[in-house]
Amino acid sequence: MPMVDIDWLKDHVEVPEGLTYEQLAKDLVKVGLEEEEIHTSQLIGPIVVGYVVDATPEPQKNGKVINWCHVDVGDEYNETDENGNKVPRGIICGAPNMAAGEKVVVTLPGAVLPGDFKIEPRKTYGHISNGMCASERELGLGDNHDGIILLRKYGFTPEEYEKLKPGDDAMHLLHLDEPLLEINITPDRGYAFSYRGVAREYHHSTGATYTDPAVALNEKAPVTQGLPEGTKTDIEVIVEDNNPIHGVVGCDRYYARAVHGFDPASHTPNWMRRRLTRAGMRSISLAVDVTNYVMLDLGQPMHAYDLDKIEGPIVVRRAAEGETLTTLDGKKHDLNVEDLLITDSPNGERGSRILGIAGVMGGLYGEVTAETKNILLESAHFDQVSIARSARRHKIPSEASRRFERGVDDQLQPAAAQMAAELMVRYGSGEPSEHPTDVNTVGCARTIHFKATEVARVAGLDTDVNTISGILTDIGCSVAGGGNGEFSVTPPSWRPDLNEPCDLVEEVARLVGYDEIPVTVPPAPVEGKVGLTAEQLRKRQVADELAEYGMVETLSYPFVGDEDYKYFAYDKDEIKKISVEIANPLAGDRPFLRRTIIPTLAQTVQRNLRRGVENVSLYEIGHVYLWDPNAPAIPALPGAVRPTDEQLEALDAGLPDQPMHVAGILTGDAVDTGWMGERRAVDWSDAVEAVHRISDRIGAGLTLDQPKAEDVPAQWHPGRAARVMAGDVFIGMVGELHPHVNEALDLPAHSAAFELDLTALFATLSGKPVQAKPISTFPPVKQDLAFTVPTDVAAAALQQAIVEAAGDSLEDIKLFDVYTGDQLGEGVKSLAYAVTFRAPDKTLTSEDSEAIRKRIVDEAAKLGARLRA
Amino acid sequence: MAEGAVFDAQAVTDAVAEGIAKIENASSMEELKAIKTQYAGAESAMTQASKAIGALPKDQKKEAGQIMGRLRADFGRAYGVKEQQVKAEEEARALAAETVDMTLPVNRKPLGARHPLPKLMEDVEDFFVSMGWQISDGPEVETEWYDFDALNFGPDHPARQMQDTFYVKGNQAKDAAGFVGSNMVLRTQTSSDQVRGLLTRGVPLYIACPGRVFRTDELDATHTPVFHQVEALAVDKHLTMADLKGVLDKLAVAMFGPEAKTRLRPSYFPFTEPSAELDLWFPDKKGGAGWLEWGGCGMVNPNVLKSAGLDPEVYTGFAFGVGVERTLLLRHDINDMHDLVEGDVRFSEQFVMGE
Repeated sequence: MPMVDIDWLKDHVEVPEGLTYEQLAKDLVKVGLEEEEIHTSQLIGPIVVGYVVDATPEPQKNGKVINWCHVDVGDEYNETDENGNKVPRGIICGAPNMAAGEKVVVTLPGAVLPGDFKIEPRKTYGHISNGMCASERELGLGDNHDGIILLRKYGFTPEEYEKLKPGDDAMHLLHLDEPLLEINITPDRGYAFSYRGVAREYHHSTGATYTDPAVALNEKAPVTQGLPEGTKTDIEVIVEDNNPIHGVVGCDRYYARAVHGFDPASHTPNWMRRRLTRAGMRSISLAVDVTNYVMLDLGQPMHAYDLDKIEGPIVVRRAAEGETLTTLDGKKHDLNVEDLLITDSPNGERGSRILGIAGVMGGLYGEVTAETKNILLESAHFDQVSIARSARRHKIPSEASRRFERGVDDQLQPAAAQMAAELMVRYGSGEPSEHPTDVNTVGCARTIHFKATEVARVAGLDTDVNTISGILTDIGCSVAGGGNGEFSVTPPSWRPDLNEPCDLVEEVARLVGYDEIPVTVPPAPVEGKVGLTAEQLRKRQVADELAEYGMVETLSYPFVGDEDYKYFAYDKDEIKKISVEIANPLAGDRPFLRRTIIPTLAQTVQRNLRRGVENVSLYEIGHVYLWDPNAPAIPALPGAVRPTDEQLEALDAGLPDQPMHVAGILTGDAVDTGWMGERRAVDWSDAVEAVHRISDRIGAGLTLDQPKAEDVPAQWHPGRAARVMAGDVFIGMVGELHPHVNEALDLPAHSAAFELDLTALFATLSGKPVQAKPISTFPPVKQDLAFTVPTDVAAAALQQAIVEAAGDSLEDIKLFDVYTGDQLGEGVKSLAYAVTFRAPDKTLTSEDSEAIRKRIVDEAAKLGARLRA
Repeated sequence: MAEGAVFDAQAVTDAVAEGIAKIENASSMEELKAIKTQYAGAESAMTQASKAIGALPKDQKKEAGQIMGRLRADFGRAYGVKEQQVKAEEEARALAAETVDMTLPVNRKPLGARHPLPKLMEDVEDFFVSMGWQISDGPEVETEWYDFDALNFGPDHPARQMQDTFYVKGNQAKDAAGFVGSNMVLRTQTSSDQVRGLLTRGVPLYIACPGRVFRTDELDATHTPVFHQVEALAVDKHLTMADLKGVLDKLAVAMFGPEAKTRLRPSYFPFTEPSAELDLWFPDKKGGAGWLEWGGCGMVNPNVLKSAGLDPEVYTGFAFGVGVERTLLLRHDINDMHDLVEGDVRFSEQFVMGE
């Protein structure tokens, strides 16, 4: 994001003396230019001006010649000799351009240069060097490291140079101590990617006097319209767009201006290099530096061609199938038929040679070089969408494309070329052409019909009509009408983002100030059911219940991959077919979304165990993602139009199901060893209890259905896993994880787990209030019933049989003993129940309870159960 | 005593006096009960003397009866007083013997812990519900139309490229910009629920959408690729930016206490116009109260209303979104995002059931 240098900003707007970067940041953020960072100098002084008193060349054994110098750095910093007199410092310098009589930049002991380079006195080449004469690179001023900085050549006037005294602060002199404000530009504010734009915003924020540099420059630019027939312009330009995007021609303005007789040996002035360097751009050559400088200053990306290498006409066209281009950065690109190209016409073959991708990056041919004497400046206006797509397609986000895709002022091209030409001529000699080419098909400026009342209707601001009109004029709009509170507003050419009345409301609101907007609280209409839905409440109940049960809630990332599939014994090819896959995953090894929570929750369990936490029992509530390989493709639809009902259905039809699940994993000890008793290790029963507690908390009546070992999914212990059912609806699984899973994840043996589909579960619940039964006050009859049953009869089945046989008189039933052992024999277990009978309307007689008991015994017998004596 | 025993007033008086003296020296209930049997039981002098009254001449019976009545009362009173005393002593001894160290750690049914993030989302939901709003929840794997196009992020909108989107592989179709894709993403913002809400619930609409969102940021101290937002959307016939400011201030107070307030700074989002960055005045900020970035907001862009088939000349609305992680980090002085996302039980256990 762009850097703001107060020194540069002053070119366009009056800035108060002593403005700090902190205050500048505050002023700009008020109008919407947010501070990213205030960069402070990485340098620590003392760094001062030095006068080289003498420099004695001393050839070294390695062939190098170094200079043993004495440098006057002023009384404050000079050395003191044995007589107490101040004398110049002794400094070793290896730079070839070191010479007596020069004024140089001396970094003294205590100074710190970029890269944490600390300056200290050091013994070298047989002398004590008491400081260092610095090059540009050493000070972070640029790339130059061919020699030290000679201030004589550093852009000062003779008078200024004369005034430089040994010991003067060079940090201040070279702007090394200046901070820099980096700001964020939102995508709608392309014009703020320039000093011209930032200065205007500073004016909006503070009222400081602003001068738009483009106005004077445009006036100075040569006339291009209405010239006599046959007037020869700098080069013929043809825009030939056979594939416009959204019907918009890729280039609606191409302005080209020549500079003849340019001196390729000329140098970029230091002030310009300093400004470019501070803006984060490398100084390359005067011609290139000028185009970059103009872009930073005005916001118009430019390109400089070697005019002698180019053969007209220049053709702006779309790429043809199969064309390629190697860009300046050396990368080869396969071009797309949507890429807009700048081409020329060698040997009369129109548009046959590609010079670059328009507005994105130039190619290797046609660039200015160290030999270029005649320059062609390109200052064009390209379609935002076309540039954005090319930059995205070829992954070249250049400084130019960044500006074009946000929108460049379409009236700025002559001004930018004028400014560039002036700078080139001033610093590199030469003659700008008086007959630039201007192919201009920019349409008429649009007008917005704007009711002043919109400001109140949308922003809630009570702003009078004159203020509104004044603000719109100040941002550059031309405003007509207003008598009836309605305006015809023409936005300025640099604000392509202003298209709708609401855009103008924002301009008024932000310049009046958001702080001026009053504060009210809207009453929401109370209609239909208010409050949380039953599902939302149940989700909270489940979450609270598990925490109260002693488990800890966590959230894991839903990403899974081969490793997880392996650990959980999934057939990875099969599961991938029905899993959502990320096209650009972060971790390449987990590109899929989970179908169940347990594998990602297990990663969290594992992390805790590895950190030495014991008895980890975690749960998570979250979504899972069920890919349907046969789902229809989702259509692309435009915004700002309500899709038809069929289109809306098509959108949702292509999306995967994403039910909400709850899963838990319990490990280690369910009860810890402590002073109150002995430990008990977690097993299947802890997970089953969790499921029952969920069921009871939300009134679900979940039951378990234990499959045969061969039907148990591979993740689960074949003898210790059950399906959780809500009536006939499958809700999930509970049990112990398969020992292989525990082993793979380093989980303790018998780790237990459950996973329930809450979306499916909640759908089975009616939400109707519980219908209460009257409470009987007649006495109960309590009995114990112990049965022997074959081992493979499930306890739930026997209990179900007892409950059904007992009928309404059964008040309570509890299993109080499970026994297997030698006394019973092979394949048999004993289940003992305490039952309570009670009638609603009478005292049960012994005949009554005997009848119930007999019904129970008969029914149980059908399962092979026998009542024990 | 043998049949035909003689009533001897002196003897029975002496016996009772002896019994009372023994009562007074007794120190346990066992002892007391033995004394009672000995001096007031069936074989005792007192019982025998009472029986002997029947054999006395008629004129002596009355006096003997009075003597016996007094003796019984004396004995009974002495016994009762002592019984109470001994019982109290015995109870005190028993209780002393049962004394425990009440400060021993007792944790038979330890509580687990809720994660503070969903708890905070519940708090935010409760805030909106208290204002009469509804809570909505949309899909995390979302169509690009709901996540972008309907929100005025056209296919070529620069902001669409700035969202660091996770794209989903799928049945390939060309998107509107001609790039081949599934038109499906992991939603980058809970704003994707805006147009869903408008289309399914209609207007007037006051909804909050808390949920999970995704961006392709690597996990570090301040970023996480999976995070949470709460989006709020109100669309009605009379809403202005003033209403937006009011709801924001109320939410700030609900989350950060009575001194909290909010400030808006001009900004840009495709789905709002005017748009603003939302700053929070955070009284408990480290190093002193101050402003902190909290979220984004604005008035619903007319194009969003049009995506839902509403007339922007009739309806206006406001929307805002705040990051749940950011709210938590601020509120609880959490310095590292890792703590929030790694699921270390030691982190959640600090919050137990609240936050």
